Amino acid sequence: MSVTVAIPTPLRNFTGGRDAIDLPGATVGEVLDGLLTAHAGLKRHLVQDDGRLRTFVNLYLNDTDIRQLESTSTRVREGDVLTIVPSIAGGSPATETALPKLSHAEVLRYSRHLLLPEVGVEGQRKLKAARVLTIGAGGLGSPLTLYLAAAGVGTIGVVDFDVVDLTNLQRQIVHGTSTLGHSKLESAKGRLTDLNPNVNVVGHEARLTSENALDILRDYDIVVDGTDNFPTRYLVNDACVLLGKPNVYGSIFRFEGQASLFYAKEGPCYRCLYSEPPPPGLVPSCAEGGVLGVLPGIIGSLQALETIKWIIGAGDSLIGRLVLFDALKLKFRELKLRKDPNCPICGEHPTIHELIDYQAFCGIGAEPDYHGVEISVEEFQRERQAKGDDLVLVDVREPHEWEIAHIEGARLIPLSQLPDRLSELDGHAEIVTQCHHGARSLKALEILKGAGYGKVRSLAGGIDAWAEQIEPGMARY
Amino acid sequence: MSLRLSESLADEIRRHGEAAYPAECCGALVGRLEGEAKEVVRLAPAVNRRTDDPHRYLIAPDDLRRLDADVRAAGLDIVGYYHSHPDHPAAPSAFDAAHAWPWYSYVIVRIDQGRGAELASWVLADDRPHMLPESLDVFSEV
Repeated sequence: MSVTVAIPTPLRNFTGGRDAIDLPGATVGEVLDGLLTAHAGLKRHLVQDDGRLRTFVNLYLNDTDIRQLESTSTRVREGDVLTIVPSIAGGSPATETALPKLSHAEVLRYSRHLLLPEVGVEGQRKLKAARVLTIGAGGLGSPLTLYLAAAGVGTIGVVDFDVVDLTNLQRQIVHGTSTLGHSKLESAKGRLTDLNPNVNVVGHEARLTSENALDILRDYDIVVDGTDNFPTRYLVNDACVLLGKPNVYGSIFRFEGQASLFYAKEGPCYRCLYSEPPPPGLVPSCAEGGVLGVLPGIIGSLQALETIKWIIGAGDSLIGRLVLFDALKLKFRELKLRKDPNCPICGEHPTIHELIDYQAFCGIGAEPDYHGVEISVEEFQRERQAKGDDLVLVDVREPHEWEIAHIEGARLIPLSQLPDRLSELDGHAEIVTQCHHGARSLKALEILKGAGYGKVRSLAGGIDAWAEQIEPGMARY
Repeated sequence: MSLRLSESLADEIRRHGEAAYPAECCGALVGRLEGEAKEVVRLAPAVNRRTDDPHRYLIAPDDLRRLDADVRAAGLDIVGYYHSHPDHPAAPSAFDAAHAWPWYSYVIVRIDQGRGAELASWVLADDRPHMLPESLDVFSEV
């Protein structure tokens, strides 16, 4: 197999002036290796130290970018032409001079920051130039906005439409007894500007919706999600992906919390982690389930920390990592998150190109009747003891969820793969489908019923109900 | 190697940078080799595909393939590129150097508060990633 490699003008000094070279190989990678072996001087211009192509080097096989094919594994045929095409990129330094200066009073105020080489004058000026939007001035928003204001973030936007209520003050420390009954925006603005009058607090007194989200988020550099409900969480995620902005995620429930940094340009988004919301009503809100007051203090502070690190460019970010915190055990755990190539908004072939109806997406106001096809965790445990392996438990969650916890003896077939893997399941078997909270397992049940499986039920409440009621030592997420 | 550029083309680069201000403009330098010098015959302004950050520019490979085909059909070659630095010196940033190709001339124009200022030309050093100044001969046509 012989392929012609077309050499662009800037690289001909390394090929003895030749503009085309015929090389053998079965794949693009083999041809490329042959080229770099024959003309070693090309190597440092075309590939990085880790052996991958430099980002500004593009290879076209005939007329198609190999990134749209199978990258360097793409097979080549006799007579194909492989062309090296530059991307030309650059720009001015994102600079000192464009950053706002610090007054003498500010230098004094931020002196403990300025002593840290990782922050220094430049980092402090970046903080002053930064525009951060926080969604919600509640449990997470309180420590978050307080620390961002104290740190000298120049512009802090706050979205909230609520009023300070007595039940808030157990954890929402940006508010106070003196502002009971006031709007949360007004209350937070007073406290934050008292803490640091240099900060410009911008209030957005509205419920964040598909109609206003893009307009509100557009003016900010980074968004911090302090919401307490799934529709808004998916809305914030999707708006951030569409606008190309980082989304500092945090959530809390009772004694447990999570945090991550979703930034689709460099890593996964919230949908890569949770492709589907739990069925409505299944996960109680803090109002229903309660929350330890100090917990949002910890998670909101982590969000403030990640926001500040992102602005000054210090340390290792939470991109691609989910931190799980258990307050009762006082344990932090960490999960690696991967970008889902099939993610409907940030994957390779996105199907969501604009904001949708998030109430409907989260099933609020339209719950189908699944009466009779569900099995409770207690009933499942009893039947399993009686029937043993004749009762097949199919876990339809994603592998990263399986890693967190799974029920002994379950078989992992992620929902997305189920239609292609039906052959692995005996058509006469008695099957129970199971997921995190019991929503995806109902979809799996429909797929199986549609494929002719007669004896299928879905585990009500999923592995979470199992962990809560049957196996208390199991990790929950 | 040095780069030869007429005064009127240098002004054209400034005007492109002024029009794009406060974002960056970009384009290709189309010309030919004249002995040890690259002579620019005309400019090919390009679409800046980076719209997320005013401090960056990108000429996409698909755009470049089309341009390169046109240029070759005319018996010419792309000898380099130009871009503007709004309110920054006409010197390469670390990002410029990290993304530079060998041999090409990289002309940078400083745009000072919206007005085109000085130009300088740079080439990638052999031991990338830093850039060296290149002799830029701006001549006036008679």
